[in-house]
Amino acid sequence: MELTYEVEGGNFSKAGHASSSIKKVLKQLNVDPKVVKRVVVALYEAEVNVVAHAYNGIITARVEQGSVSIEVRDQGPGIPDIPLAMQAGYSTASAKVREMGFGAGMGLPNMKKNVDVLNISSQVGVGTRVELITYF
Amino acid sequence: MEISTVVSLLDARVVCGHQRLSEPLRAAFASDLMSDVLTLDTDGLVLITGMCNTQTIRTAEMSDIACVLLVRGKKATPDMVALACENNLVMLECAYSMYRTVGILYTHGLAPVY
Repeated sequence: MELTYEVEGGNFSKAGHASSSIKKVLKQLNVDPKVVKRVVVALYEAEVNVVAHAYNGIITARVEQGSVSIEVRDQGPGIPDIPLAMQAGYSTASAKVREMGFGAGMGLPNMKKNVDVLNISSQVGVGTRVELITYF
Repeated sequence: MEISTVVSLLDARVVCGHQRLSEPLRAAFASDLMSDVLTLDTDGLVLITGMCNTQTIRTAEMSDIACVLLVRGKKATPDMVALACENNLVMLECAYSMYRTVGILYTHGLAPVY
């Protein structure tokens, strides 16, 4: 099963829509609730990152027997230094993002904690691709 | 502690989720930083917060948090209420400060996450 969602940069009122939808699908498929939580927390962090930093993005989730693979691809400023961005507490979030309760520099580390595979590639001025894979 | 006890202790208003008030809570976490909330993996949690926007509800939804308690007299927006109802969350509003709220619940035995 493959699911695709568009994410609008800057629109916090819709942030989490894709994660919510994918959570409902995983629950309907009777995936273990602990696995569902890990998947959607990581995905929600990624979705919020697109809203917070990028112009727009596409989320593609592939649900297979024993795994959930999610690709989050955005058009945006990109990440100049990925190892630095992975450090807990490092953030480039705006004041607006922080007012929403995010931007503490914990998103990428929390994604890493919740998934089995995290791959990030980015090109400055073009965009970022995040791959999240969870096995169950 | 049942959610209904939280309502009584804090003189809170039940915004939605009346049907779940008899459910037990295992612990409480107080934060306005949703990034911190998303790192938790405790079940049966009440989130105590003054962060009043739809992302508070989304964070609770993703984290399987049963109950969101808004403090400092914050009022849930119609968007928040709709989202909370859609996800079968309990949402409470309380006029007390976060400090007072946490003190009351802690002294009545509701455990911290850590």
